[in-house]
Amino acid sequence: MDWTHAMPAISAAFLASFVEVVEAFTIVLAVGTVRGWRPALLGTGAGLAVLAALVIVLGPLFSLIPLHALQLVVGVLLLLFGMRWLRKAILRSAGIIGLHDEELAFDKEMAQLQSEIAARAAAADWMAMGTAFKAVVLEGVEVVFIVLAVGAGHGLIVAASLGALAACALVLLIGLIVHKPLAQVPENTLKFVVGVMLSAFGTFWVLEGLGRSWPGADLAIIGLAIGFAVAAWAAVRWIKRQKQFAVRAGT
Amino acid sequence: MTLIATIAKELIGLFVDDGSLAVAVLAWVGVISALVTLTGLNATLAGGLLFAGLIVVLIENVLRRAQRK
Repeated sequence: MDWTHAMPAISAAFLASFVEVVEAFTIVLAVGTVRGWRPALLGTGAGLAVLAALVIVLGPLFSLIPLHALQLVVGVLLLLFGMRWLRKAILRSAGIIGLHDEELAFDKEMAQLQSEIAARAAAADWMAMGTAFKAVVLEGVEVVFIVLAVGAGHGLIVAASLGALAACALVLLIGLIVHKPLAQVPENTLKFVVGVMLSAFGTFWVLEGLGRSWPGADLAIIGLAIGFAVAAWAAVRWIKRQKQFAVRAGT
Repeated sequence: MTLIATIAKELIGLFVDDGSLAVAVLAWVGVISALVTLTGLNATLAGGLLFAGLIVVLIENVLRRAQRK
C-alpha cells in the first residue's frame, strides 16, 4: 500500500467515523444503562451486520462503474456531504447554532427510552434492542458512505475501512474505560476538520471525473484542504465580528 | 416501515441539510462540467474556477444564514 496516497483517505475515514461512532455509542450506552447490556449488544450486533452487508454488496458494485463516472458521482456526493458538515461546523463555531452535547443527548435518550418502556413493558427488550439497532445503522450508514466514497476513487476501500475500524476500536476502548458519554470529545473541531477534508476530496474527484488532472496530482488535495480551511476560518471570524458589532450597536 | 422511512430520510439528510447549498453546489459543478465539455477548458483553469466557485457558494450560504438569526 502506498501510504502517501492512502493516508488522506485513512485519516478522513478515521476522523469522520470517530464523530459518528461517538454519537452511536452514546445511544447504545443509554440503552445498556436503562435496559441492560443484552438488548443493547444484540441491537448493536444486528446493526453492525447490516452495515457489513452494505459494504460487501456496495463495495464490488463500485468496481463495475467506469472510473471517470465513479469519480464524478463520488466527488459530487462528497462535496454535498463535506460542505454540509463544514457549513454546520462554521455556524457552530461562530455561535449561530448550538454545539452538540453528548451528555444532553444521553439524558434525552434515557428519558425517552424509560417512558417508552413504562408504556409498553411487555416489549421493553425489543424496544431497547431496536433503539440500539437504529442508532448503529443510522450513524453507521454515514461511516459506510465515507469509507466507500474516500476509498473508491483510488481503490482504497480496504485502507479507508481500516481507518473507520480504528475509530470504532478507539471509541469502544475509551468508552469501556470511562463508562459514560464521551462529552469531552471536541466534536465540532473534528467536524470542521472532516468537513474541510471531504470538501477537498470532493473538489478533487469532480475535476478528475471530468477528465482533467489536477496540477500536482494527489498533493492538490492538501492545497484544496488548506484553501477550504482558510475560507471557513475567515467566515467564522467575519460572522463573530458582525455579531460583536450588532451587540455594540444594540447597547 | 417506520425504520426504513427513517433510514431513507437519514440517507437524504446525509447530503442535503440546507437545500439552497445543495442546489448551488450542483449548479456550480454543472457549469464547470459544461465549460470543460464545450470549451475544452484546461485543468488549472477548470480546477481554479471549480474551487473558487465552491468557496463563494459556502461563504454566501453561511453569511446569509448568520444574518437570518
